[in-house]
Amino acid sequence: MRHTLAVLVENKPGVLARVSGLFSRRGYNIESLAVGMTENPEISRMTIVVEGDDRVLLQVTSQLSKLIDVISISDLPPSESVDRGLALIKVAADTDTRAEIMQIASIFRAKIIDVGAETLVIEVTGGKGKIRAIEDMLDRFGIKEVVRTGRVALHRGTKTVGGEYR
Amino acid sequence: MTDTPISGAKALINCLKNEGVDTIFGYPGGVLLPLYDELYDSDINHILVRHEQCAAHAADGYARATGKVGVCLATSGPGATNLVTGIANAYMDSVPIVAITGQVPTPMIGNDAFQEADITGITLPITKHNYLVRDVEDLPGVVKEAFYIASTGRPGPVLIDLPKDITTDEFEFTYPGRTYLRGYHPDVGIDEDAVKRAASMILDSECPVIYAGGGVIISDSSSELLKLAETIQAPVTTTLLGIGAFPQSNPLSLRMLGMHGTKYANYAVQESDLLIAIGARFDDRVTGKIDAFAPHAKVIHIDIDPAEIGKNVRVDLPVIGDAKTILQSLISHLQKMQTRSGAWLGKVGAWKKKHPLSYVQSNEVIKPQYVVQEIHKACPDAIIVTEVGQNQMWAAQYFQFENPRTFITSGGLGTMGYGFPAAIGAKVGRPDRTVIDIAGDGSFQMTSQELATVSKSKIKVIVAILNNSYLGMVRQWQELFFDERYSYTDISQSVDFVKLAEAYNLVGIRAEKPSEVPSAISEALSADRTVVIDFVVDPMENVFPMVPAGAAINQILDPGEVA
Ligand SMILES: Cc1ncc(C[n+]2csc(CCOP(=O)(O)OP(=O)(O)O)c2C)c(N)n1
Ligand SMILES: [Mg+2]
Repeated sequence: MRHTLAVLVENKPGVLARVSGLFSRRGYNIESLAVGMTENPEISRMTIVVEGDDRVLLQVTSQLSKLIDVISISDLPPSESVDRGLALIKVAADTDTRAEIMQIASIFRAKIIDVGAETLVIEVTGGKGKIRAIEDMLDRFGIKEVVRTGRVALHRGTKTVGGEYR
Repeated sequence: MTDTPISGAKALINCLKNEGVDTIFGYPGGVLLPLYDELYDSDINHILVRHEQCAAHAADGYARATGKVGVCLATSGPGATNLVTGIANAYMDSVPIVAITGQVPTPMIGNDAFQEADITGITLPITKHNYLVRDVEDLPGVVKEAFYIASTGRPGPVLIDLPKDITTDEFEFTYPGRTYLRGYHPDVGIDEDAVKRAASMILDSECPVIYAGGGVIISDSSSELLKLAETIQAPVTTTLLGIGAFPQSNPLSLRMLGMHGTKYANYAVQESDLLIAIGARFDDRVTGKIDAFAPHAKVIHIDIDPAEIGKNVRVDLPVIGDAKTILQSLISHLQKMQTRSGAWLGKVGAWKKKHPLSYVQSNEVIKPQYVVQEIHKACPDAIIVTEVGQNQMWAAQYFQFENPRTFITSGGLGTMGYGFPAAIGAKVGRPDRTVIDIAGDGSFQMTSQELATVSKSKIKVIVAILNNSYLGMVRQWQELFFDERYSYTDISQSVDFVKLAEAYNLVGIRAEKPSEVPSAISEALSADRTVVIDFVVDPMENVFPMVPAGAAINQILDPGEVA
């Protein structure tokens, strides 16, 4: 099972090392990790995607809670949350293929953010499936480079994480 | 507190005094010069060790003997890295210490300056929390938090890294009255419903066993444990770190369980229908083959650390919180319980009778178990500290412990060389008590330089070396499982411990025959300074009973039963 955790942490030096160190030392696999400041500059939010059964999830969350700089941890179930990742894809493109690639991009509601003589850079946002799908489509043109962010997620509706602390 | 600015060094001393610190174990160095200059005039007792590892172990021994936070101090770079083993040791056994390290000045951090080591990075996985102080204004708050974090919840080591410029920077000092951390809430309270369910599981059980760990001692709940055991008439076994939590003279005591526990403790656990774990963490030395551990038992797990629940074994009922509060509440729900049918205790009693701890006494050669028994006879209320190996197991098996904080040993990390410096710390914390390090000849050589510390600082402990001329515990495994191929475990004829003690202006005594054992002990007890007793014991003696690696704990063997 894949779990998406929203972890509020103190925005202090070394906190990322504490969290990632805990994962590696205890043998938990991080599938993706994204971190950034919240609306409160003293607090950062990590979105951590981990793979594991309920027992592993319980261990991960209870070990994470022991870190003094971890303020709150919430599990965001897919049905109650929205999540997005972003990828930039540099794909080979010449005058013959450019139009077709741009058409594919528009089907995926992706953006062309750079046009060169031999390449295009495409920005695509979405869940994991969507990003993989566009990659598959672009594959035959020759993908030169891909960079991906970790996934970020929010609850749907009015619900938020970490209540009083934020 | 004061309006005139003071230096960070002075402020640190003020902070420590505010925290009630009376003793620091430390070792100076370049970046600590300003701090040591303040210590020179301070009424804090500073014990100069001879290796920083021992400062950490001494702080640890002090903390375990007193229940207070132990403090150690080391300079940057090698001083700080020398603390690492001691910090890891305290972390594994949940011991509250605050380790203070000097650091190169803030502008030089990250430049590979002379004696720079990233000690907060290095100790990340072995501290409960750590700090690098970057602004002197933060110092009082950091110290306050460090003591708070070290001593509350599940205790553990906290490290404060203090750059040199922070110790000389001046500021207006005030000490915070309280501290609030939004990510740390050790007062979890207790779940009364869970306690009630625990009570009803206890009422429903026929063969309960209480399995008590170091958490009982940390939470000061020995008297509650005794009351619970007597109320529900359940036998009590303890872990190595739980020794002292329950009086071993009590008929309900099963002594220690696990790899070198008693047969009857292991049998009782394996046949129990309810295991009540209190402040214990189902370590592999306790459980043996995990899938075969307590196969018929429902498990109640009382612990302050939710991360321990379900980590190693499946738990039927977790009860999270302070053991003392939980046990008090639990007892109140059980008051009206009828006495248990005698069948279970009868069965346990028969095992106790049939399988007592035993060894073959000799008139020619000193048996190490006999030494431990004689130490107990001569000084039953000593604080016993141990090294690691066979000596540790014999101390655990053959001394009779009645009270908490009287048995101090490196459990989780199994650190050879821990015992002697920890004994120093224990003695400094409890000067009223006799402190005896039951040592191995190998372990003692890891930290014997601290003889200089006790000589110079006039601290009296007794180091009782069970000198078997071997790294005995390893030799035992080589004998039993590696065809008696004693690869690099013979350490015979390498040092004269009597002369070693004398070289430090201390007392050395050698006992070579069983008849010399009692007089050696009484001579040591009456000496006015630290004594090293070299008990020349049977080199081939083994620790039994034992559970071979990977076996279930009821497959616990006597000599001759190991295939
Ligand atoms: C620092 C350290 N190094 C190695 C070990 C592995 N080890 C465990 S017991 C032991 C032998 C201990 O010898 P000694 O102190 O003479 O005790 P004995 O078993 O002979 O009583 C060794 C090497 C350890 N526990 N700690
Ligand atoms: Mg030995």
